[in-house]
Amino acid sequence: MNSGKSILEAKNLQVKRGGVSVLDISYLGVPEGKVLCLIGPNGAGKSSLLLALSCLLKSSQGEIIFRGKRIGSNYSVFDYRRNLAMVFQEPLLFDTTVFENVAAGLKIRNVKRDEVKRIVEEYLERFGIGHLANRSARKLSGGEAQRTSLARAFAIRPEIIFLDEPFSSLDPPTRESLMGDLESILRETRTTGIMATHDQMEALRLSDQIAVMNEGKIMQIGPPAEVMNHPVDEFVASFVGTETILTGKVIRRNAGTFSVSVAGREVEAVGDASPGESVILCIRPENVTVSTGSSKEITSARNVFSSVVKRIIPSGTFYKVELDCGFPLVTYVTNHAREDLSMHEGMDLTASFKATAIHVIRKKLLPSSGE
Amino acid sequence: MDIIIEGIKQAVILLFTLDPEVIGITWLSLKVSGIATFISLLIGVSVGTLVALTQFPGRRIVVSLINTGMGLPPVVVGLFVTIFLWRNGPLGFLEILYTPTAIIMAQTVIATPIVMGISLAAIQQLPANLRLQILALGATRLQMVWILVKEARLPLLAAIMAGFGGVISEVGASIMVGGNIKGYTRVLTTATVMETSKGNFDIAMALSIILLLLAFFINAVLTHVQQRERPR
Repeated sequence: MNSGKSILEAKNLQVKRGGVSVLDISYLGVPEGKVLCLIGPNGAGKSSLLLALSCLLKSSQGEIIFRGKRIGSNYSVFDYRRNLAMVFQEPLLFDTTVFENVAAGLKIRNVKRDEVKRIVEEYLERFGIGHLANRSARKLSGGEAQRTSLARAFAIRPEIIFLDEPFSSLDPPTRESLMGDLESILRETRTTGIMATHDQMEALRLSDQIAVMNEGKIMQIGPPAEVMNHPVDEFVASFVGTETILTGKVIRRNAGTFSVSVAGREVEAVGDASPGESVILCIRPENVTVSTGSSKEITSARNVFSSVVKRIIPSGTFYKVELDCGFPLVTYVTNHAREDLSMHEGMDLTASFKATAIHVIRKKLLPSSGE
Repeated sequence: MDIIIEGIKQAVILLFTLDPEVIGITWLSLKVSGIATFISLLIGVSVGTLVALTQFPGRRIVVSLINTGMGLPPVVVGLFVTIFLWRNGPLGFLEILYTPTAIIMAQTVIATPIVMGISLAAIQQLPANLRLQILALGATRLQMVWILVKEARLPLLAAIMAGFGGVISEVGASIMVGGNIKGYTRVLTTATVMETSKGNFDIAMALSIILLLLAFFINAVLTHVQQRERPR
C-alpha cells in the first residue's frame, strides 16, 4: 500500500500543565487522506493531542508541520487553522437554525451568499438533515445535533478533520448510522481524519492507522490488525483487549453465512456480505476451544483449524494461549485443561470456533482511484 | 379603604387622559434611565466580556469588586457624584449638578456594575469548548468574541433589563444629584416621594402604577430568558 506523504507531522511535541507533562510525542506523521484513530483510556492525552495538533492548545515545546510548512514560523497559526475542522463530543451548536450553524464556518470566511447556500444545502443533504434546515438548534435530538456539527465541520471542506469522541454520547443505533455516514464522507472526500475514541470497534471500522496512547505518549502506532494482533507491550495488549482481529476478503456467500479468505484459509461467519468485500473478523478467546483430536472429529463448530501453540502466557486463574493457524488466534484455557492436554509450546492442536462467535466489521468499499 | 380606591380611580383617570405632567415625568424617567443603561451597556458588556475571556493576576479580586458593585447603594453613589459635581469639586467646572445629565451620570455608575457582572457570568457560562470550536471554524479573535457575545445575547438582554430596572426604580441618587426640579429633573421615583409627602395620593399612585408596569414588563422578559432551553 502506498502510504503517501504525511500531511501533518509533529516533532518532539510536549504539553505541560502546572509543570506536569500531559503530552509527550517524539514523532507523529499523519498520512494524507487516511484516518488515524487515537485510542487509550481516559486521561491518556487523546484530547490534548488533538488540541495541540490543531494549535488550540499551546504546546510548551516542539513543532507542528503542515504540508512541509512549520506552523508559527513560516506559516501562521491562523492560516493553518483555516485548513482544519473540529468536532467535539458535545455538538456545541450556535443558538440559531441548523442552516445557519452549518453556514457558520463559511460566513466566517466571508464566502458569498449564494455560494454559502449551495454548499450548506449540499452538506445538509449529505448528513440527512435537509428537512431540519430551518429548525432551531435548541430543538434537535442528540443525533441530529451531532449530524449538524459534522455537517458544519465538513462544509468548510477541511484538509484535516479532528474528531474528539464524536459519538460517545449517542445511543448505539444513532451512533451506528452516523458512523456509517462519517465513514462514507471521509472516504469520498479523501479528507484526512484524526479521531480520538475509547471504542475499539469504532477505531477498527474507521481507521487506516491506530495509535494507542497512555500517559501522554503514543505506545504503538500502525495498521489496525497489526496493533490489535501484535501489541508491543502489556499495556497495549491489555487495552486493545485480547481479541483476535483478522482481516480478510469475502470469497463466497452461503445461506445465512459467508466465507472469508484469511491468510489462505477459509473462515465462515454469520451474516451478509458480498464477495470481494473486505471485512474484519473479531473472535473473543473464550469462544475458541482447543482439543488434541484430529480436525475431522465431529463438532458443531463450522470453523475447525489445525494449529501450532506459539506461546502460553499465565494470566491469573487461566492461561492465554496464542495459536498459529496460518493466522493468529488467541484462546484461554484453565490450568486444569492445560495439564490435561499436557500443553506446551510448539505442540499441534485443533482449534475451533463457531460461525456465530465471530463479530464481523464490514469496511466500506473504497471508491477506486489511482492509488 | 376609600383613600386607596379613590387614589386608584384618580390614577387611572390621570393615565388615560394622558395628563401632561405625568407624561412629562414618565418621558424624562425613560430618557434618563435609558441613556444611563445604554452607556452602562457599552462599558459593562465590553469590560465584562474581557474579564470573562482573559486570565490575569488579581482576576478574582476584580470579579469580586464587580459583584460587590452590583449592589451599590444608590444614596452612596448619589453622595459621591454630588461631591464630584459640587461647585468646588473635581468636576465642578462642568456645572451640571441638578441637571438631567447629573442623574444620567449617577445612574450610569449604578447600572454599569450590574450589566458588567451579568455579562461576565453570561459569557463564562457558555460551554468551555465553544471558544475552541469557534476558533477551529477559522474565526479571528474578534470574530470569536463577536460570536460569543451573540451566543450570550439572551442573558445579555437580561443584563440590560436588570440594569434598567435598577436605575428606573432608584430614588436616592436621583433626588440628591437631580434635586427633583419640576419639569426639569423630576422623575417617576422622586415625584412619587414628593407627591406622597404632600398627600397627593392620586398622582403618586398613577406614577407608581407606571413603575409597576415597567417592573412587570422587565420581569416578564427576564423570566422568559431564564426558562428557555440551551442548544445542544
